[in-house]
Amino acid sequence: MEDFLEYNNIHKSFGANAVLQGVDLTVKRGETLVILGGSGTGKSVLLKLTIGLLNPDTGSIIVDGENVTGSSEKEWMRVRHRVSYMFQWGALFDSMDVFDNVAFPLRESRRYSDEEVRKRVLEKLDLVGLVDSVDVFPADLSGGMRKRAALARSIVTEPACILYDEPTSGLDPITADTINRMIRRMQKVLGITSVVVTHDINSMFHVADRLAFLYNGKMAFTGTPDEARTTEHPVLRGFIEGRNPDEPDT
Amino acid sequence: MDWRSWSLWKGFDYLGGISILMKDTLKTMLSKRWEWAAIVYQMDLLGVESFSIVLITAVFMGMVLALQTAYALEAFGAKLYVGEVVTLSMTRELAPVLISLMVGGRVGAGMTAEIGAMKVTEQIDALRALGANPIRKLVVPRLIAVVFTLPLLVLLADALGIFGGYIISTFQLQIGGRFYFTHVFRLLKFSDMVSGLAKTGFFAFFITLIACYNGMKARGGADGVGQATTSTVVLSSIVILISDFFLTKLFLAF
Repeated sequence: MEDFLEYNNIHKSFGANAVLQGVDLTVKRGETLVILGGSGTGKSVLLKLTIGLLNPDTGSIIVDGENVTGSSEKEWMRVRHRVSYMFQWGALFDSMDVFDNVAFPLRESRRYSDEEVRKRVLEKLDLVGLVDSVDVFPADLSGGMRKRAALARSIVTEPACILYDEPTSGLDPITADTINRMIRRMQKVLGITSVVVTHDINSMFHVADRLAFLYNGKMAFTGTPDEARTTEHPVLRGFIEGRNPDEPDT
Repeated sequence: MDWRSWSLWKGFDYLGGISILMKDTLKTMLSKRWEWAAIVYQMDLLGVESFSIVLITAVFMGMVLALQTAYALEAFGAKLYVGEVVTLSMTRELAPVLISLMVGGRVGAGMTAEIGAMKVTEQIDALRALGANPIRKLVVPRLIAVVFTLPLLVLLADALGIFGGYIISTFQLQIGGRFYFTHVFRLLKFSDMVSGLAKTGFFAFFITLIACYNGMKARGGADGVGQATTSTVVLSSIVILISDFFLTKLFLAF
């Protein structure tokens, strides 16, 4: 399988805080890669660098064979049509109902007729089970419904790749399972390349083809979930087993 | 680095940021299609919804001005010139500044709160991620709406202020309405109106840029949005008052 995303020696700092310190990573076309790591380790930053919401200090990012590092905002627009982003809390527009939220990227691209927009939006809302909530505003949606609406908005342009930022955070286990199944379905049915940022281990084992573990600004581990289960890396082991490796067992 | 140089640095940083926003906004305004629905919505929000605040401010300002002027001019036996003073003061100075302060505070705070809330909930990032330009979607419609609507509100305030002066002249100072309005129209020049309205256009421009910039820079949740909103009200008021002096000097030179 060829690489769809390629990160080469990525550095990114915010003031004195060096978040990413030489990240190298590849994501193959059609696979689901989970990026695991503690809070504030730069997982979301890496996703935002992928579509130009942030720029790396050094290093290069290649999307679908094209070096996008240092692209102009206009050039990023083309990338964002192929790579969509599902935000941690959905980032649905408060002033629009579910239908208009999902229709937004289609209308913005100005490539589709009203009828086509309607057809596509209803099709995607049906896929995420929200077709009965088209006229509901985000404030009246539950956490799970927000995530599903955000997912519908991410896939409505039929992108080649989706970046999921903490797709199951703040959800009950059953809703989280529904979201995980949807991520899997997107990959299987639509063949979408997926990068999932999470620190939810159950979610990771459910959706991952491969796992990358971000620690101290670098990828400390990349491999399959089965390889991760037998890893010697103490912090990743702690992550998988749900215990702090620095604290003695009691 | 002591606190003064730190504040100075932050001041330059702010000035640089707002200059870049101004450049991007003007560029976007001239090169991209306008969001007419958003512009009309903002005009309604600013214009129609500010009507009561303009009415109260302008009428009472006109009445107070007539009372104070009559009190001051009475010593010189010039009480009859109340109409002239009210008209000149309202059109050239008080309506543009007071309405910009009142409406600007209200609208600017609302803009910062709205855009700031969008910023901290990642909706502005979402706009970019979904292929939209946040400046075209958020800043340009507000700027166009405020720059066109605020002068109209000031024009209304001019009329209402003069009407407030008429109420006091007629019912308290015993100056006839006909006499009052004859003096008003004899003195009122087109250039006075234009100078007041042009100043308002600049105020509108400053208020909107400050409000949008503060909103887009808000961070840290509700607390950050609150701070940004307060900063908008304070800063836009200061900018209105300071720029008023320089704009007045400029317009008096012509």
